[in-house]
Amino acid sequence: MALTKIINKLAIVALLGALSGAGMAADNVGFVYVSPIGDAGWTYQHDLGRLQLEKETGVTTSYVENVPEGPDAERVIREMAKRGDKVVFATSFGFMNYALKVSKTFRKTAFVHATGYKLGKNMGLVNARFYEGRYLTGVIAGEMTKSNVLGYVAAFPIPEVMQGINAFIQGARSVNPKAELRVIWVNSWFDPGKERQAALTLLSQEADVITHHTDSTAVVQAAEDQGKYAFGYHSDMSKYGPKAHLTATTHHWGDYYVKTVKEVQAGTWKPTSVWGGYAEGMIRLAPLNKAIPADLQNRIREMEKQMTAGKLHPFAGPVVDQSGKTIVPAGQNMTDEQLNAMNYYVQGVVSKVPN
Amino acid sequence: MLRLERRPEASHLMSYASPAIAILLMLIGGLFLFAFLGKNPIEGFKVFFINPISDLWGVSELLLKATPLMLIAVGLAIGFRANVWNIGAEGQLIVGGIAASAVALHFQESEGAHVLILMIIAGCIGGMLWAAIPAFLKTRFNTNEILVSLMLVYVAQLLVSWLVHGPMMDPDGFNFPQSAMFEDSALLPLVFDDGSRVNLAFVFAIGALLAGYVFMFRSFAGFQMQVAGFAKDAARYAGFSARRMIWIGLLAGGAMAGLAGMAEVSGPMGQITDQVSSGYGFAAIIVAFVARLNPVGIFFASLLMALLYLGGEQAQQYMNLPSSISLVFQGMLLLFLLGSDVFINYRLRWKREVAA
Repeated sequence: MALTKIINKLAIVALLGALSGAGMAADNVGFVYVSPIGDAGWTYQHDLGRLQLEKETGVTTSYVENVPEGPDAERVIREMAKRGDKVVFATSFGFMNYALKVSKTFRKTAFVHATGYKLGKNMGLVNARFYEGRYLTGVIAGEMTKSNVLGYVAAFPIPEVMQGINAFIQGARSVNPKAELRVIWVNSWFDPGKERQAALTLLSQEADVITHHTDSTAVVQAAEDQGKYAFGYHSDMSKYGPKAHLTATTHHWGDYYVKTVKEVQAGTWKPTSVWGGYAEGMIRLAPLNKAIPADLQNRIREMEKQMTAGKLHPFAGPVVDQSGKTIVPAGQNMTDEQLNAMNYYVQGVVSKVPN
Repeated sequence: MLRLERRPEASHLMSYASPAIAILLMLIGGLFLFAFLGKNPIEGFKVFFINPISDLWGVSELLLKATPLMLIAVGLAIGFRANVWNIGAEGQLIVGGIAASAVALHFQESEGAHVLILMIIAGCIGGMLWAAIPAFLKTRFNTNEILVSLMLVYVAQLLVSWLVHGPMMDPDGFNFPQSAMFEDSALLPLVFDDGSRVNLAFVFAIGALLAGYVFMFRSFAGFQMQVAGFAKDAARYAGFSARRMIWIGLLAGGAMAGLAGMAEVSGPMGQITDQVSSGYGFAAIIVAFVARLNPVGIFFASLLMALLYLGGEQAQQYMNLPSSISLVFQGMLLLFLLGSDVFINYRLRWKREVAA
């Protein structure tokens, strides 16, 4: 039985090999991943984008996962460029300097770096406005909480993470001025043990709706175990907490990948800095849990439409920081420059920023 | 029936044949692995072991990847020969990298060779300081150096993480956890001018292997450590200071790991981030053992280990195999080595069952 299975597998592999040999002319696109693809999280979402790209454009793709954000990245990226990949997507911040360096040697290859800030002659940038989804989950949290205490497990105090924390409490306070947010830093992007411990600590401090900006599903699982609510991040994590998981801020890179590759193939691609949100379809909410009242669900759907239309900004003034200083006066929205320099908490967060 | 019988004395031949047998078994195991994963084994073998070094650039990458392994493994081997078990080279590498980066960032404006020289000294001292902690605790309180040096790896990881999120963070880096890029005066010169990344650290590594060889086989201190490794009581009876050997063993490992850390930040990285090590400190332990704690062996074992990393990347890119394939090969190598090492002290004998 086992042997026939193996033989079958071998036959399929041989067949696939023959098929791919027939389609040799297709362009190849390379993906560099910082972590294993797994079944939820940052890299998983990029890989969904990769699969969508293959399906919609007919290009072939290949990827290397679990690439350290160090000198090894340069070799991996270079190998892709050297063998003639049309586009190389480097999907983590730490690949920035290495991708830029390789891009200078391989001018005919298009490089796209996710979440960095160095634009090159043939290296574009992409990032998503994760905070837009955070704001909506904040609104849900503000309505669903009974204790008025919310919890947030976070990795490192870089602007992207600060935007998420602040957008979350801005959303919550927009419907529940009594809501407050406690933050625990775990100093790691992926450490299920620590993330769970932090989640349990927050829950024991009366938080009844929690979320996280780390890469595992531990926080959602902890909330499920304790009978509390949680929001997933990156991916729909509902299968890890069917009762707890209210929704999740999910990332969608596929449309952008398709657009970029088509532009490169047509010769119209220019390296630009793309920061897409609801309007670009890069941020969405996972299906809303039945526990959320129908009325609130409708309001969230309405807010999604407004956000897509650019009528709802998570950091619409007045935005006031913890010390009481007004960052954005009423009637204005926070600028992208301000967002990128965010290193403070807004009012409603009761923890202190580390350092 | 087949019996495992103790040899009258350890087989010298077998102690050198054992790594070769382990490598051979790993390669054969690899063929089976590829087949079970539904890949053509010959193709897999080619992608994994031949492709990465099929051109000069590939070879240069192999040397780049092997350099820190050579440096660390030779330092560790000095201690291991005297049964001083420094498992924390990873942490010593990180602290060496931190110290060297501190120098580089302090001298951002200055030109001249003194920057690099100070960075090298700082790197070695940083690694030695970190290794001095288990040495002190061992000689003073008889703590277990395996545990202390290992635990200090995690402390070092937290330390570098804190530094690149705080005092060493690039002020113009949008709060991302990284230092500023180093000036050219703080970068190790490249050995070839063909665009490859091999830098002066490779020359250091060769020098360290030679120095290690002289120390181990041509110096009295090296001889003392060898004796202590074989027979602790004999060494004590001869009046060799155990304390001194612990210090030498740990500091040698620390200095070399620290230098490797310096070479990473000053070489292919050009800055410090919290990803300063890719597990070299742990991989070098396997290298040292596969190499029989011998500098010549370390040279080749480092190249082999580096090839397993490079091959793993290629196997992902060209065969869609998971990233853990490199670790599986490393694991097979160590397992087969431990397995065939049994035959250094034992041999197989065919014995007829005799009725009692």
